[in-house]
Amino acid sequence: MSPILPLVSYADLLRLTLPEIAVAVAGLVLLALDLTVLRQAALKLRFGVGALIACAGCLLSIGLLTHTAAPAGLPDGMLVITPVTVVVQIALLGLAVLTVLLSTSVEITRNVGEYLALILFATVAMMFLVATQNLLLIFVALEFLSLSLYVLTGFDKHSRQSAEAALKYFLFGGMSAGFLLFGMSLLYGVSGSIELPKIAAAVNGPALDPLLLVAIVMVAIGFGFKVAAAPFHLWAPDAYQGAPTVSAGFIASSSKVASFFIFAQVVTVGLATAAGNGAYRAYSPGWVPALCVIAALSMVVGNLAAIAQTSVRRLLAYSAIGHAGYMLLGLIAHSPRSQSALIYYVITYALASLGAFGVLGALEAEGVDKITDLAGLSRRAPGLSLCMLVFLLSLAGIPPLAGFFAKFYIFVAAVEAEPHLGLLWLVLLAVAMSAVSLYYYLRVLKQVYVAEGAPHAGAIRTPLVTRVTIWVLAALVVLLGCDPGWLLRWIGA
Amino acid sequence: MITLLTLFPIAGGLLVLALSKMGELARAIAVAFAAGALAMAMLFWYGLDPASPGMQFEEHHAWAPSLGIAYHVGVDGLGVLMLVLSALVVLMSLAASWKNDKLGPVYFALVLFLEAGLFGTFTALNFIHWFIFWELSLIPAFFMVRIWGGQGRAKAAALFFLYTMVGSVALMLAFLAIFQATGQFDFVQLAQLGQSGGLTTAIGQNLRWRGSPEHLAMLLFWAAFLGFAVKTAVVPFHTWLPATYAEASSETTMLLTGAMSKMGVYGFLRVLLPIFPRQMQHAMKPLLWMAVATIVLPAFAAWAQKDLKKTFAYSSINHLGYCVLGVCVAAQYTGADAGLASEKAAALTGVLLQMFSHGLTAACLFWFIALLERRSGGLRGIEDFGGLRKIVPVFSGLMGIAIFASLGLPGLNGFPAEFLIFKGAFPLAPWPSSVSVLGLLMTAVFLLTVIQKVFSGPINAKWAAMPDLSITERLALAPVIALMFVLGLYPQLITGMVHGTVMQWIVGMRF
Amino acid sequence: MLAWTIYVSFIGALAARLSPTKGLARVVALLTAVVGLGIGLVTLNHWQPGDFLTVAQVPWIPQLGIEYHLAADGISLTLVLLTGIAATAGILFSWNIEKRTQEFFAFYLVLIGGVYGVFLSFDLFLLFMFYEIAIIPKYFLIAIWGSVPRGASGDAAGSQREYAAMKLALYSFAGSALVLAGMVAAWVASGGHSMSFDALAAFPFSAHVQMGLFPLVFVGFAVLAGMWPFHTWAPTGHAAAPTAASMLLAGVVLKLGAYGCLRVAMMLFPAGLDPWGFHLLGFGSWRDVFAVLALIGIVYGASVALVQRDFKFVIGYSSVSHMGFVLLGLMTLTQIGLDGAVLQMFSHGVIAGLLFAVVGRMVYDRTYTRDLNELGPMRLAHAIPFAAVTFTLAAMASIGLPGFSGFIAEFQVLLGTWRAFAWMIVVAGIGILIGIAFTWRALTKAFFGEPTPGAVEHALPPITFPEKLGALLLLASTLVVGLYPRILTDLILPSLNSQLFEGLRRGAWR
Repeated sequence: MSPILPLVSYADLLRLTLPEIAVAVAGLVLLALDLTVLRQAALKLRFGVGALIACAGCLLSIGLLTHTAAPAGLPDGMLVITPVTVVVQIALLGLAVLTVLLSTSVEITRNVGEYLALILFATVAMMFLVATQNLLLIFVALEFLSLSLYVLTGFDKHSRQSAEAALKYFLFGGMSAGFLLFGMSLLYGVSGSIELPKIAAAVNGPALDPLLLVAIVMVAIGFGFKVAAAPFHLWAPDAYQGAPTVSAGFIASSSKVASFFIFAQVVTVGLATAAGNGAYRAYSPGWVPALCVIAALSMVVGNLAAIAQTSVRRLLAYSAIGHAGYMLLGLIAHSPRSQSALIYYVITYALASLGAFGVLGALEAEGVDKITDLAGLSRRAPGLSLCMLVFLLSLAGIPPLAGFFAKFYIFVAAVEAEPHLGLLWLVLLAVAMSAVSLYYYLRVLKQVYVAEGAPHAGAIRTPLVTRVTIWVLAALVVLLGCDPGWLLRWIGA
Repeated sequence: MITLLTLFPIAGGLLVLALSKMGELARAIAVAFAAGALAMAMLFWYGLDPASPGMQFEEHHAWAPSLGIAYHVGVDGLGVLMLVLSALVVLMSLAASWKNDKLGPVYFALVLFLEAGLFGTFTALNFIHWFIFWELSLIPAFFMVRIWGGQGRAKAAALFFLYTMVGSVALMLAFLAIFQATGQFDFVQLAQLGQSGGLTTAIGQNLRWRGSPEHLAMLLFWAAFLGFAVKTAVVPFHTWLPATYAEASSETTMLLTGAMSKMGVYGFLRVLLPIFPRQMQHAMKPLLWMAVATIVLPAFAAWAQKDLKKTFAYSSINHLGYCVLGVCVAAQYTGADAGLASEKAAALTGVLLQMFSHGLTAACLFWFIALLERRSGGLRGIEDFGGLRKIVPVFSGLMGIAIFASLGLPGLNGFPAEFLIFKGAFPLAPWPSSVSVLGLLMTAVFLLTVIQKVFSGPINAKWAAMPDLSITERLALAPVIALMFVLGLYPQLITGMVHGTVMQWIVGMRF
Repeated sequence: MLAWTIYVSFIGALAARLSPTKGLARVVALLTAVVGLGIGLVTLNHWQPGDFLTVAQVPWIPQLGIEYHLAADGISLTLVLLTGIAATAGILFSWNIEKRTQEFFAFYLVLIGGVYGVFLSFDLFLLFMFYEIAIIPKYFLIAIWGSVPRGASGDAAGSQREYAAMKLALYSFAGSALVLAGMVAAWVASGGHSMSFDALAAFPFSAHVQMGLFPLVFVGFAVLAGMWPFHTWAPTGHAAAPTAASMLLAGVVLKLGAYGCLRVAMMLFPAGLDPWGFHLLGFGSWRDVFAVLALIGIVYGASVALVQRDFKFVIGYSSVSHMGFVLLGLMTLTQIGLDGAVLQMFSHGVIAGLLFAVVGRMVYDRTYTRDLNELGPMRLAHAIPFAAVTFTLAAMASIGLPGFSGFIAEFQVLLGTWRAFAWMIVVAGIGILIGIAFTWRALTKAFFGEPTPGAVEHALPPITFPEKLGALLLLASTLVVGLYPRILTDLILPSLNSQLFEGLRRGAWR
């Protein structure tokens, strides 16, 4: 008789979760230090020390990850460590480091320790999220992540918008968590297991169980909310606009990476046999056609709504919805190539997104919120403007930047999926929406480069750390665009 | 050698442009180059061997062989005659322009570029190459009319440009079709094809056409004819000419009438006659009547004119009409009819002689008008003067000689030319020639009217103080007047040189 | 060495942007352009007919079979030379730009680098990449330094410029979106091994696939080439652009589209031109459709140019008309027609550059108006005679006067058209005649107008030395090719007969 609960060796558990532990410990140390010793110190010093500890923890974690012997895992799919998950975790840690560095110039709060610790805890949650294939753990990690993000969103106590954004995010999130849980329980009911591969084996059959279809829809809703895909996107514009800039950047970058990865895992591993087909003239029911609809909707809603925006952050939010649509192509095609395409896309998107928010954060002191507030930026901060150019053009998909190759690769993967050229209709829609997106990105850049700003506005000074981080992000975007093979090899394409 | 001759005025023009700031010096350089060009042209004259058939001084290089375009130049009697005429008229025009301050170095440079264009047109033997120069000579002429012309110069220049363009387009399309049919642009080769009848065969074989090849060949002939007819101002395509000649400054008109108008007739002789002889035969009736119209109608029109320049413009059309008549009658009968050979020879020789003679005379006449305008402050109406014979006797005398030459008085250069043409035309085409005599008569009438109104009659007090010709002017005009006498009394100078060419044409049209 | 045209342009752009003074930026830019032109000329000097030069070929993204593959055959070299000439002349004509000079030259040189890249790319992905790189500088050049007709200033002017710039950028991007879709489909259909032209040209795509991909890719590139009815961005964009940008846009960037049509659509998917087997509205194949569209473009462009009041719009629409000749030549599928088309690409590039240079730099920068009715009384032939002469010569070249490059090009296209679609010659001929008419009208109205009685004649600044140099460079180019066309046809014809175009030839030219 097999034991109801598997036997887990705690030594194994500790060994395999050392990277996560490192980060968590760093967060706790940071918190402790800030709440006790540095209470009265200057903001700059507190941020400096905190960032140092955070970065140390993350770098230590990266080091531990690179020495992990993969594949490894814990029973029941609680922890699944493969080369791909290692890569994604390293990427998440990198993004966390960059976010922490960007946050050193934040001036909206005096709760430094809490802020940085929350970022680190969110990172831990994400690391768990991508490394598990157990439904329960997925949910726990997801909730852990979400709670951290809700608080990060509402961190600016002096801003009504921030509070409103956090509340909206929380309410939506809670509701979608409910959907997700319900869907997961249905999956368990249908398959009798909470481990993704076992679920796939269980649902394998000639016809799809109606209950399974309901489960697929629920799961899609739950994850769709997380990745801000239409029609589950209503929280995103407010959250991006109201949250403190660095938090918004963090949400837009890291959480997207993790959410998409786990979404991909759930559908491609867990529901592999219930895929169905969304290709032209080859329809069959499953999660693929459902995602096709969501992807199409996201691309259209996201890009068209972005045209009408006057606030930079809302524009970025809607564009994020559009990008979610493109990224869903990677899921829809569910081939090994499409998975690497997805990872490549989401990582480069995260870099560009974080960079854009980083620039906006550097300008926060200037009170930049509307697009027209950016007028004449190229004169006042040529370096920042150039970086903004790089980030926005990468998001638009202009070579030789990373976003271009990401789009190209994901389109190729989608078209290549069986049957050949079947998903061309969706790719054509994506290409068309991509063309639309250039319009609104150019509108922002128009303000930056073309418009004349206030006549006597002086140059904008940004702190060194922030500037360096933004330049590093820009450099990465350019490098990854010129030599994408490097990241592709790393992902293991 | 020919290439050198063509490049020489271009170099001169560029030099003048570069030195245009230096006023007088630039103009002097221009005149020097013109004189040099004349000298070089005379070298060709002496170097030409009248007896040898075919083209001489030939140069042949491949240019764009895939398109059938080659750099092929050469001269025969006609070519050399035209080269010398062009050089002479250009020199005359520059000499006339010397005293006119309104014509700056840029004008002189344009004249030199025009000269190069003329040289190129008269020596080119490949259609594209020839067409390039044909069109390029349009540009300086257009500018000269547009910039230095009179009140109505805008309209005149526009008319000039557009008419010539339309004609050129027709010409171009015709030759495009010929190229499609035969793969040839070379005049010499095409002439051989045309005379052997191979042209129609080639057209039939290579061009898809719903009708018969003969019809298409006729269509192509008319298209080509249009191009040359506009240039020669054959009635009814002549309406651009009087306005242009009148509005252009008289010095420019010397060039237009002296040299450029001959381009049209040259085209008839070099292109139309050799390549489309049969088509010309078929179209003989309309051609002859157009020629007659060109002789008679302008003569009447000239009589009605009040502006001296317009009078002489119409007179030019009339004189060129004789050339067209001569060419047409020569084409009328072909074949081994030795009996008509001497008539045809006469007609064609007359045409050549008329080209040279009219060029000389008309240029000289407009020179005189320029001199007159300078003295009268721009007035040139026939009614504006009177009794000039008493006031400026030398001027009147010399201009009178030129007018009589234009009339065709024996002893002057106009007579042998017109005589030969009619000598050939009467037997070959009696009725048209008879009607043309009307033109001769009217020419006499209006020219004598000019003499009477301007030189004789009561003295117009306004001009009592008009200065006569200065020494320099007399020195400049003297050789020209002398040449008129020489050619009138000893036309063998020219006929001897062109005899070989003429005979070759007649022989060639034997089929 | 040819690859250095690209690298030098980008390095030059960076150097120009970082130049401390405007003068230095200008000199750097000019040196960069001259170096590019020089490299092209040196390559021409060593070129043997039928040469094919592989400039660089290294694996780049092995996961997709994409290589960094730069190569040049005769057609590429012709267009590289055109780019060098247009770039150098453009910089000479931009010598007087005072506003944000360093940025101007930086954007300009990035654009040039992108254009060089397109002409030298031999990998479809790489070509597309350079093609898109060229879009963004175009936007900024027009939006920041563009020109507007007189009467608009300040905000109104700014928004007019931005409208033109955005229209141009979006149309270009939309066209490239179509190409992207086709590119991806082609890669998948060929098994995903390589994106190199030689591999793709040799791959036996099924007729079905070619028939679908050809119109997609051709239209995508044809939008950028200004094919009717996707041409509306072109006159607006070119008229609004600053002089140097107009020269480059009308001169070279339009040719990017035509080059793409030839190199990508026609070379890789030649079966797309085959008859469909049925007739729809009188059309029997894509070849018929695009030939008719090209023909409409010729006549439409000329006709609309005839009624324009804005001088720059006249030239803009004339560009549409001339590009119609290029596309018509491509559709004839005869050796002579294609040769004419490529030659027309070069010829029109130079001539359009010259026309825009006179209108934009010589006239507009002095008179601040583009309205033909206002220019007439200014007696420009008297005030700036150099401009009048240059424009007249350019106009003569534009209408196809023999002696200039346009004649040989249009002549060959007409011959090819005769062989392919005999009836179209008549319409094309009408287009030429309308062309003569509008050129005439613009020339006389702008330069040889009659002064209004009592009008005071303003003294205009004389034509500067850089302007004269630029004009001479362009004039010399068109004359040299016009008088000695072999200098280019010897490059183009052997390339058309090479292995790459085997699919188009099917053994022998029609």
